[in-house]
Amino acid sequence: MTEPHDPAPVPLVEFRQVAKVYGLGAASMRALDGVDLSIAAGEFVAVMGPSGSGKSTAMNILGCLDTPTSGSYRFSGVPVEGLDRDQRALLRRNHLGFVFQGFNLLNRTSALENVELPLLYRRTPRAERHAQARSALAQVGLTGWEGHTPGELSGGQQQRVAIARALVTGPRLLLADEPTGNLDSARGHEIMDLLTGLNRERGITVLMVTHEPEMAAYAGRVIHFRDGRVAEDGRPGGHP
Amino acid sequence: MLGNALLLALREIRRNVLRSVLTILGIVIGVAAVIVMVTLGDGATLAVTSNIQSLGSNLLMIRPGQRMGPVSGSGGSPFRLDDVAAVGRDIPAVQAVAPAATQSMTAVAGNANWSASVTGTDNRFFEVRNWTFAAGRPFTEAEVRSGRAVCVIGATVQKELFGLQDPLGQKIRLKQVSCEVVGLLQAKGQSTMGTDQDDIIVMPLRTYHRRLAGNRNVSLIQVTVREGESTEEAKGAIERLMRKRRHIDAHEQDDFNVRDMKEVANMLTGTTKVLTELLSAVAAVSLLVGGIGIMNIMLVSVTERTREIGIRLAIGALEREVLMQFLVEAVALSSLGGVLGIVLALGASVQLADLLEVPFIFNPRIVVIAFLFSAAVGVIFGYFPARRAARLDPIEALRRE
Repeated sequence: MTEPHDPAPVPLVEFRQVAKVYGLGAASMRALDGVDLSIAAGEFVAVMGPSGSGKSTAMNILGCLDTPTSGSYRFSGVPVEGLDRDQRALLRRNHLGFVFQGFNLLNRTSALENVELPLLYRRTPRAERHAQARSALAQVGLTGWEGHTPGELSGGQQQRVAIARALVTGPRLLLADEPTGNLDSARGHEIMDLLTGLNRERGITVLMVTHEPEMAAYAGRVIHFRDGRVAEDGRPGGHP
Repeated sequence: MLGNALLLALREIRRNVLRSVLTILGIVIGVAAVIVMVTLGDGATLAVTSNIQSLGSNLLMIRPGQRMGPVSGSGGSPFRLDDVAAVGRDIPAVQAVAPAATQSMTAVAGNANWSASVTGTDNRFFEVRNWTFAAGRPFTEAEVRSGRAVCVIGATVQKELFGLQDPLGQKIRLKQVSCEVVGLLQAKGQSTMGTDQDDIIVMPLRTYHRRLAGNRNVSLIQVTVREGESTEEAKGAIERLMRKRRHIDAHEQDDFNVRDMKEVANMLTGTTKVLTELLSAVAAVSLLVGGIGIMNIMLVSVTERTREIGIRLAIGALEREVLMQFLVEAVALSSLGGVLGIVLALGASVQLADLLEVPFIFNPRIVVIAFLFSAAVGVIFGYFPARRAARLDPIEALRRE
């Protein structure tokens, strides 16, 4: 992707003066107010900030679910703000993985079928689909649970299924929105270990929203949002 | 894409078996109703046609009086025997002429009595009506010429007067006349007008005129037209001949009528067709209602599965893929309804045809049409809910519980 002589490699994610305004006129609300941000491939970044600070909006734009009102967002050099709905869907399908606080698995659908879901949209042939989904479940330590539905799994297991679903396509960027928010601390640390492993061993860039400093401590870099701006950007354990 | 959508749709239908069955019930009933109506209608039409063919389709009936309803006329003086002779002699297209005079009379045999239609005619009557004998024989030339007191009876008269006894050689008393039964006709059943054709006593016209009626009137002339000759032209020739013989001026209307049995057949099958179409249209309305049922459930389903749709969109499903998923689901549902409806209809048609005594006719065309129609209902009524699903904002959809 990058030229060998290129002095500055293209960052995986780059915000330039990104703003997001909801509503019109006097009732409008600036959720993001000119954010500059750059994340290189292979980073593990935690995003923190009080509610209403704009971190969710930033995550939605980073995840190509939403578009900025102004400014530019380049995903590995591609200007996302110029893409239409279907092009952004293809970008998500091919390069992004999502993990949500509420797991967001399909009910009454087996773990295997849940993990297969993104592969269905990628038209992966049946046999390959099964094999890849099994391997992804094995990576999150759920071998033997393939036939169980979310209702039959614990919270931690459900989040593992969700992570398996996010990584089954081999994404370049994994977006995790409070992945430990619904879990007890022990389960939470297990999930964090899993994410850290994926980041270190497979080189998947991880971007994680959290409000727990002990979870943010797993990250190599912590970004604090406040009032729609980046308030702090540095190593974990710095000043809150 | 279609294969995947079908897979997802079938998974979804399997997940909600009871709801799916209830949803498609409207389609099942609609498809079944349309097919049953058409099948029974076809059967009824065939029954009518074959009934009329048993009368002879190249048959003309000449009656005195102006044409009134579908069968009867009124007014006009009866024909005379030389009118009958003239029709046979002067019109080359005519194959056979049978004069007849009829009246209703009480027939007595032993201590049984029964009111039957008594017809005076000759052997050509059986010929023009395509009527065969179950037992016995037609009249002999001598019996016809001399006016002997002999008669041929229909199946109903046989049953009412003689029961299980052999009627041949028995006597039937009509007024003061005692006549011997020489023949028994094959049962014909009800006519298309609903009258019992087997409730009949036939005797030579001469006997009828002399011994029962006291006059020499002919109330009906039945004519068969030769094979290959046009019944239309024969009918015109008969009309011209009768106008001349009955001295009708050019500006006067006919005081008799000539009826082509083909016309009657066409009219009756026409009536049956119209009725079938009307009933089918009513049945088709239930298909429409079934379609609305599907739309309703699909809308509920889209609302219920908003979060699921959000997940799919976040994972990278395209708008048209989500649209296709829900559309295929609707079509799969309605087609399933169509198939069940067809199975139900074929079973019900066989039973009902048996019950209504009409032949069961399997019409593959209507089965195919009904199936395609049910699939089309799925497309039409599934499109709106599917589009609603496809257009959801993934962020909003994911937030929904």
